[in-house]
Amino acid sequence: MGVLENKFQDNVIVASLDKILGWARSTSPWYFQFGLACCAIEMMASAASRHDLERIGMMPRSSPRQADVMIVAGTVTMKMALRVKKLYEQMADPKYVISMGSCATSGGPYWQHGYHVLKGVDLVVPVDVYVPGCPPRPEALIEGLLKLQEKIQTERPLTRKTA
Amino acid sequence: MILAEIKSTILDQYPGSVIENEDLLNHQIEIEGSQWLKVATFMKENPNLSFDQLECITGIDTGDEGSLQSRYNLHSMEHRHKVEIVINHDRKNPKVPSIEQVWRIGDWFERETYDMFGITYEGHRDLRRILCPDDWEGWPLRKDYEGQESYHGIVVPKIKEEEGWE
Repeated sequence: MGVLENKFQDNVIVASLDKILGWARSTSPWYFQFGLACCAIEMMASAASRHDLERIGMMPRSSPRQADVMIVAGTVTMKMALRVKKLYEQMADPKYVISMGSCATSGGPYWQHGYHVLKGVDLVVPVDVYVPGCPPRPEALIEGLLKLQEKIQTERPLTRKTA
Repeated sequence: MILAEIKSTILDQYPGSVIENEDLLNHQIEIEGSQWLKVATFMKENPNLSFDQLECITGIDTGDEGSLQSRYNLHSMEHRHKVEIVINHDRKNPKVPSIEQVWRIGDWFERETYDMFGITYEGHRDLRRILCPDDWEGWPLRKDYEGQESYHGIVVPKIKEEEGWE
């Protein structure tokens, strides 16, 4: 922040509004409690005291209206796919999606013979971060969430986009 | 009661209801489909048989040449005997009387078998699909089932078996 730097007292930070927004958004991405299969168990374990997602500002919400991140944790069936899409559309902007585990990413073990399984949740909603594993350990999920936080941080919501 | 006694008890009441089939195992009885409802009621209410528990209903597709089957696993709490009822259906028009009002658990069992095999249980009061969505096409557990190409605009990628992963 060139000119303004060190012009104020020590407890004053000078930054662009974009950066502050990015910082605020990335450090409190509340996630949508949305377990579909066994990955949900790992997601719950991540949220529980041992791994404690609240350390990185993540809190489970049970309503899509209050959530910023949708963690698709588990097998998405065709029947569920329509509901996943609807829930995603109900979330308020800015919204992000994490595809957790093989099933949500590509259909996983149901890739070939699972007539009822959606072959990747990216066919119905845009995915920001894919977390591999079957199911991924909480460490892997947290890695994915930190990646997402990095991504949110680099966003510049107020900067006018030049065509 | 051993199987032969169970069989003869049913035959005494309803002659012609049991079909002899040598391929069956020694805990199975094949029943003529059209008589199934009254045989089922009899099996539940007769004090010597007293099959008070329906453990499972499942369907079997025996392939192109064969037929569709419904199988019922019955158990008597009182006499502690078990039997498996086999009913063969015509592949083109599989239907059988519903026993949903004999054993109430049959309600969901029959809906499941209907969902997966398309066997119609006549007289069932609420015969809808139970697992697949209502607008699903085809009967998934039949041998000749082909998955649908798209569902509500979601394209289902077709993966051929021989192509595999390479």
